[in-house]
Amino acid sequence: MLKGQLIAKASGYVSVAVHASSSGRVVAVEEHPVPHPSGLSAPCVIIETDGRERWVPPPPPVDYTRTDPSHLRNLVREAGIVGLGGAGFPSFIKLNPGRGRQVETLILNGVECEPYITCDDALMRERPREILAGAHIMRHALQARECVVAVEDNKPGAYEAMREAAAKEGDVRVVLLPTRYPQGSEKQLIQVLTGKEVPSNGLPIDVGVVVHNVGTAYAVYRAIRWGEPLVSRVVTVTGGAVRRPRNLRVPLGTPVVHLLRECGADFDRIDRLIMGGPMMGIALHTWDVPVVKTTNCIIAATAEEMPPPEPPMPCIRCGACMDVCPVGLLPQQLYWYAQARDLERVQAYNLFDCIECGCCAYVCPSRIPLVQYYRFAKGAIWAQERERQKADLARRRHQARQERLEREKRERAERLRQKKAQAARAPQEAVRQALERAQARREEARRRAQEQARERAGLARERAGAPPPPPSSGDREG
Amino acid sequence: MDGLIAPLLVLGALALPSGLLLGFAAVRFKVEEDPVVDQIDALLPQTQCGQCGYPGCRPYAEAIARGEADINQCPPGGEAGVQALADLLGREPKPLRGGTQAKEKVRAVAVIDEDRCIGCTLCIQACPVDAIVGAAKQMHTVIARECTGCELCVPPCPVDCIRMEPVPERIDTWQWPYPDRPGEEEPAPLFPGAPSQRPAALERRV
Repeated sequence: MLKGQLIAKASGYVSVAVHASSSGRVVAVEEHPVPHPSGLSAPCVIIETDGRERWVPPPPPVDYTRTDPSHLRNLVREAGIVGLGGAGFPSFIKLNPGRGRQVETLILNGVECEPYITCDDALMRERPREILAGAHIMRHALQARECVVAVEDNKPGAYEAMREAAAKEGDVRVVLLPTRYPQGSEKQLIQVLTGKEVPSNGLPIDVGVVVHNVGTAYAVYRAIRWGEPLVSRVVTVTGGAVRRPRNLRVPLGTPVVHLLRECGADFDRIDRLIMGGPMMGIALHTWDVPVVKTTNCIIAATAEEMPPPEPPMPCIRCGACMDVCPVGLLPQQLYWYAQARDLERVQAYNLFDCIECGCCAYVCPSRIPLVQYYRFAKGAIWAQERERQKADLARRRHQARQERLEREKRERAERLRQKKAQAARAPQEAVRQALERAQARREEARRRAQEQARERAGLARERAGAPPPPPSSGDREG
Repeated sequence: MDGLIAPLLVLGALALPSGLLLGFAAVRFKVEEDPVVDQIDALLPQTQCGQCGYPGCRPYAEAIARGEADINQCPPGGEAGVQALADLLGREPKPLRGGTQAKEKVRAVAVIDEDRCIGCTLCIQACPVDAIVGAAKQMHTVIARECTGCELCVPPCPVDCIRMEPVPERIDTWQWPYPDRPGEEEPAPLFPGAPSQRPAALERRV
């Protein structure tokens, strides 16, 4: 197994390939804990590394300016690139504007989505030119009119680096935005930058905008220019229990415990281990999980840093959540219907537009875990949908079976009827034939009787001196 | 008299085309079946298990629509199913008939022990959704994806080689729990083992 070798093919449309992130030997393909809020396991390929980092021979470099956008998308797909901001949506789909659609703006998202996370900041400071090169490739694939890089003003170093690189390259605008959570969320960023609002149930492409993370742009550059699939990413390792917090470029699949040790984590003080940010991240059940393509940050938090939530109190309808909701939803109504398990109503209040940013829960004076209610409601709705589909399948199959049984019954009845008809006809035929045979026998007997009578008459005449009868009749007698 | 004829004529002229239109509509847009049967059927879980006392979900839906059957006879649908039927029909929800032993079960699929299967086809004939493949004197097997977990195949098997296995929770079917459930609103403990085991577990990996 060489570094960069394909180990899992994409299946289905919303899916990309996975590549070996180091050279070595595959020792197992088995269920292994993965970073997921459920703590459940999923199939993993386990590679015993040989430490030599031998790469697969690189493919010939691609000149993207002379490559068809659809071919570029295929290359990005084969390189296993997904959005590295956090959601991990396959990038090749977001590089496809769709037939007859014009992309006005390609936005490179350098707005770190949450506090604590600095992996994009580090990448922008270290690799601004490569990010912009990736942006050019993406822009070519999308045929976008303009390209904007958005950076928040708490990252002056990254802003400077990007601006300098952009000044050399030209044609790319770098915008400094005031720091405000949750600006890193796609739809919110579009609104801040362009003033356009992405419709509910819509996609950014509906308003002529496509957003990609800066890390994704870098991965696209590595894939197209150097033929390197996505085998590593930048991960922020931080939190109160980490002595040397830092950003690391990490091969995918590296166990989280390895990163913690590398950064001098004090394992006894880790109270909660979080993948992602403090607002939207997920709690890890074990540090045995691997770094995956969406692992932007590992927070090893102490108990003082993130104290356990206090018990919630009843909602007092203060409306503070409504004021902070960046999507303009009514969080207390959503909460009301979610806790009553009224799945229809909660959808009517646009539950699925909720980005789970956690602002509402953060300001809630009653400390109600609002986002958990929304997540529960979303999950329940999806489960209901799955059940419905399963029921529909069962209904269709049951109906098909009923029809088949009906048909078989009809066919059996039909066969039976035919046989009966045949049986009913059969004796008449036999009788007719028997009668015919009998008739023929009677005929024959009569003829013979006549002949014998004639002969006897001839003999009698002979005895009386009459001439003999013709010999033929005598022959027949013999 | 004249004053009476005019309105009669006008009304008659109006009534005739309306009558024709209604007659035409009655034929053209004829509703074959009671639409409420479809609505009830859509809420039933389609396991076709017959636990309600009717030979399948549709007959049960028809019985409910006729007023013969009650809305609480479907154990696979559970309390939620009763609630949905109550909402649809504007009735009061009731506890499931049969009480505790008819309690909701976890979703399961039938699994055939293929070493013991003698290929008698009895289970194939019992399956209401044709989810078992096989032929006479050939091994049978269940298509897990299509199995509704109705258990109708279990009693006919002469060698008792069919068992019901609960469907394990997978990452793509896992759901966020309801926050109020005790103990589950917090992220699960990092280390289920005793705290003293922590360093040992780490040493192994160094």
